[in-house]
Amino acid sequence: MQALDDLKVEAIAVIEAAADSAALEKLRVEWLGKKGRVTDLLKSLGQLEASERPKMGAEINAVKQLLNELIGERKADLQNKSITEQLARESLDVTLPGRHQGVGSLHPITRTMERMADFFAGLGFRVVEGPEIEDDYHNFEALNIPAHHPARAMHDTFYIDDTHVLRTHTSGVQIRTMEAQEPPLRVICPGRVYRCDSDLTHSPMFHQVEGLLIDEQVSFGQLKGIIQDFLHAFFEQDVLAVRFRPSYFPFTEPSAEVDIQCVKCAGQGCRICSGTGWLEVMGCGMVHPRVLEMSAVDTTRFQGFAFGMGVERLAMLRYGIGDLRLNFENDLRFLAQFR
Amino acid sequence: MILSEKWLREWVSPDMDSQALAHSMTMAGLEVDAVIPVVDGLSGVIVAEIMSAEPHPDADKLRVCTVNTGGELVQIVCGAPNAQAGLKTPLAQPGAKLPGGVKIKKTKLRGVVSQGMLCSAAELTLSDDHDGLLALPEDAPVGEAIEEYLDLNDQLIEIGLTPNRADCLGVLGVARDLAVTTESALTEPPIKTVSPSIEDVFPVEVLSAAKCPRYLGRVIRNVDISKTLPLFMVERLRRAGIRSIDAVVDITNYVMLELGQPLHAFDLDSLQGGIRVREAEPDECITLLDGEERTLSDGTLVIADHKKALAMAGIMGGEGSGIGANTQHLFLEAAFFAPELIAGRARQYGLHTDASHRYERGVDPELAYRAMERATALLLEWVGGDAGPVVDVSASAHLPVREPVTLHAYTIRNMLGIDVAADEIDRIFTGLGFSLECDAGGEVWRCTAPSWRFDMGCEADLIEEVARVLGYDNIPAAPLQGAAQASKLPESHMPLLSLKRLLASRGFNEAITFSFVSPALQQLIDPNVTPIPLRNPISSDLAVMRTSLIPGLLGAAANNTKRQQSRVRLFETGLRFLPGENLEQRTTLAMLMCGSRLPEGWQEKSAAVDFYDIKGEVEALLSGAAQAPGFRPIIRPGLHDGQTAEILLGDTILGVVGRLHPTAVQQLDLPSHTYVAELDLESIAKRQMPAYREISRFPEVRRDIAVIVGRATPATEVLNCAAEAAGHLLSDALIFDVYEGEGVAANEKSLAIGLTFQDQSRTLTDEEINASLQQVIESLGEKLDAKLRH
Repeated sequence: MQALDDLKVEAIAVIEAAADSAALEKLRVEWLGKKGRVTDLLKSLGQLEASERPKMGAEINAVKQLLNELIGERKADLQNKSITEQLARESLDVTLPGRHQGVGSLHPITRTMERMADFFAGLGFRVVEGPEIEDDYHNFEALNIPAHHPARAMHDTFYIDDTHVLRTHTSGVQIRTMEAQEPPLRVICPGRVYRCDSDLTHSPMFHQVEGLLIDEQVSFGQLKGIIQDFLHAFFEQDVLAVRFRPSYFPFTEPSAEVDIQCVKCAGQGCRICSGTGWLEVMGCGMVHPRVLEMSAVDTTRFQGFAFGMGVERLAMLRYGIGDLRLNFENDLRFLAQFR
Repeated sequence: MILSEKWLREWVSPDMDSQALAHSMTMAGLEVDAVIPVVDGLSGVIVAEIMSAEPHPDADKLRVCTVNTGGELVQIVCGAPNAQAGLKTPLAQPGAKLPGGVKIKKTKLRGVVSQGMLCSAAELTLSDDHDGLLALPEDAPVGEAIEEYLDLNDQLIEIGLTPNRADCLGVLGVARDLAVTTESALTEPPIKTVSPSIEDVFPVEVLSAAKCPRYLGRVIRNVDISKTLPLFMVERLRRAGIRSIDAVVDITNYVMLELGQPLHAFDLDSLQGGIRVREAEPDECITLLDGEERTLSDGTLVIADHKKALAMAGIMGGEGSGIGANTQHLFLEAAFFAPELIAGRARQYGLHTDASHRYERGVDPELAYRAMERATALLLEWVGGDAGPVVDVSASAHLPVREPVTLHAYTIRNMLGIDVAADEIDRIFTGLGFSLECDAGGEVWRCTAPSWRFDMGCEADLIEEVARVLGYDNIPAAPLQGAAQASKLPESHMPLLSLKRLLASRGFNEAITFSFVSPALQQLIDPNVTPIPLRNPISSDLAVMRTSLIPGLLGAAANNTKRQQSRVRLFETGLRFLPGENLEQRTTLAMLMCGSRLPEGWQEKSAAVDFYDIKGEVEALLSGAAQAPGFRPIIRPGLHDGQTAEILLGDTILGVVGRLHPTAVQQLDLPSHTYVAELDLESIAKRQMPAYREISRFPEVRRDIAVIVGRATPATEVLNCAAEAAGHLLSDALIFDVYEGEGVAANEKSLAIGLTFQDQSRTLTDEEINASLQQVIESLGEKLDAKLRH
């Protein structure tokens, strides 16, 4: 069967030479189609001897199948090649920056306040807020600071009129909470506060987070515990030294200032801690019984503790911000660092 | 308050160095702000005497002095005007070191050898006095090291006392406290009671006994005001920051520093008739020692004679009745003024003095006797004279009474978590000057505070004393008791932080601006509201409470564009303050955008933001709101008349969004395309609680039409009209193109509307959809005069 062999060799050659899938399709029709050359051979089987037909038929079919396979393979090859070419053509410089609006940022003060709120939320403290133009009663009187009390001099108050001030702390919110709700209470009061003082280390507006817990079994030891835990969590340093020393606030008794070991020099003494190795970070104490009584808390059943901290101070220590005023200049080059 | 450590150690001297002493004071509640050496780095300076001073041959202002160092005579060239023979003054010899690191060498000044340097007080850092050499007393021993002679190996302890610890505003009080907290012995120098040597008294009447429950006075005749006090006393005053005036005034100040009792000395000859302690008369004036005349207000207590007010009681003495160079006879005053009745008075006159500081916080009413005797003894010792008897006008009914306060062992246990032994309680309170009665087998004490403690009103005060003396460090930390209440936040409330994060993730930076703003900026944005002014603003730029957050953001944006940050996206949340019958303090959100839409990049240059960018941000913010927001054109001061809209949720006005007015743009030097929005935060925080609606499994069909409408017809109206006409099969409608220009008349615009139809239960037929579309076209034509565009 020289003719079949020749046919096969010729067909293999043209299939391999096909340039694209259209050419291949044309070949398929030309060789294997209804009028194709291999089909013609099959049709011509009838002219052979009956005894030769099966063998010859099988041979032709084998060729037909082979060609079919070859066309399929060639088609896949061509497709692969075209995809490879497409990929090459479409390749990009992936080092060029992407396209987007840009990502903004939360103010470091917000970040810090949220971090504080998170810690205390875990202990069941609820966030409460209140007015910033506050009446004299809630800002001073109810906190055991009567008119002309020397402690008022510590406050450098902004006055609106005879009976209203810009709150000098968020403690008024604690009073409002005690007035509105029955103990037990666990609240924190974050927000803006105001003091009439402006220099390198004082801003006329700054932020505080104050906390209040009123319950039946409240001790100074618990206050120490919660503050210590908070400071360790806040600075992510479990060995950070924390010390409590006696101080005075009209609304707490006993009162304490809380110092931490300087986070900059680890207590060795540096510019940040004025060489003392300690940084004053917050004030706290057991709520003064008179404060509880004024807000109608039953002091035979309940005691409480309260604490307050300056957010700017803690934020600046944590992020290494050297200048208080940066917090309120809203320079994008500053803000964008807190993404 | 600043105290000399050496002085303090004369009273109590715990076995610890300066730093440890300071630490133990701090830990006991007397916070030490600083421990400063009296001089730092001084050596090789001695007491010397100038024997002769001759003019320098080549310099008019210099003199060549022969100086006795005790062992030899040396030659010193000096330019001080008071370098004269006979002066005793400090000499820094070659090799000496001065504070600040200056080393002294033998040198030549204009060709003449100088074997050292004669020193001013400033050069030794003893004062700011540069005007000549420090003149030492005539009896200063020549050759002695200056730090020995002036006792300079001392530290200044600066204590930041809390207002409740007025008892520690003197060496006595600090020493008393330290003796208890460090368990050391207190050595109180004996105070001599002076027996009167003359009979003279000057009459005293107290007409306001409530404010002045005790007034002691004494006549001292024939003092020699020209006498000087010993150097150590003047040095102690100087180290406490008190300037030396004359021997008498210095002694009153010395006793105040020592005991804590303010004293005042009058020139007896200047007083008329007798002392009257009374309230100021209407329009009464007084010229105080600071030289300023003040009109006294009602209720101000004065020390007067029979003619006029002499001093503002407990605050400051007056001119004309004080001690002068010609004073011969004194009237010495030691008084007790009721702290709660005179508090705030000094501040009202813009004054703050050593006396007012102490009296407002509370001076021990019993201390006047002791201070009177101490001052008299010192006066007699150093300026001589004859003392008369003490006139004592006390009104016991008005003197403070210390009521006993009960302290329970169980309160100590509950509050501090420790047991304190009965004898320890005894030591603490006895040491602090309390009188103590113990009942119930060492479980209950009745404690009566000493006359010098004004801060012991309740058991908690006593507990603090126990804790303070034992040391807060010795109170163990404990876990919280009691159950925490679970949070009950409604899901329909969007927490502020989520809102802030949403804005940050959309490219906005959070700003924090002051709540008080410049009246001019405020006026620019909200001229129709008179903002609340501050009575005492820190500056005229920060004088009124903001009624809008926009001025603050505009200021912040302007600062940024000035610093080449041209693409600005800021937001702020906080209160705005709306005046009116009932002041409103409303939580508000404001946003600002200017600069390019996208950050600068390598692709096509991004256009400047426009109205629809900021509106898009507002829509994104409100996408989960209880209902879809509406926008209505509005004219607002400070904003662009044609690019400003009121934001509505139903009928509620939520805020405003718009472009900054060109005038404001110019005034603030901001980019022309600056956009702002301000929204009420509480309304934004109210969100739609999600409620699932079935998703249709049947195909949706979209049909687009284009209509021509008048240019001024709002797109929303067109869309709403179409949606209404389309009926219940419509599932969505949107505007996907707006065209003005060629092919459309000048006063018209073309809107392309995409309508999507879908049903929950079946596939819609073409007939149904076409019928619906036909209704839309007819309704638009009827109601809005819209023509179908082909």
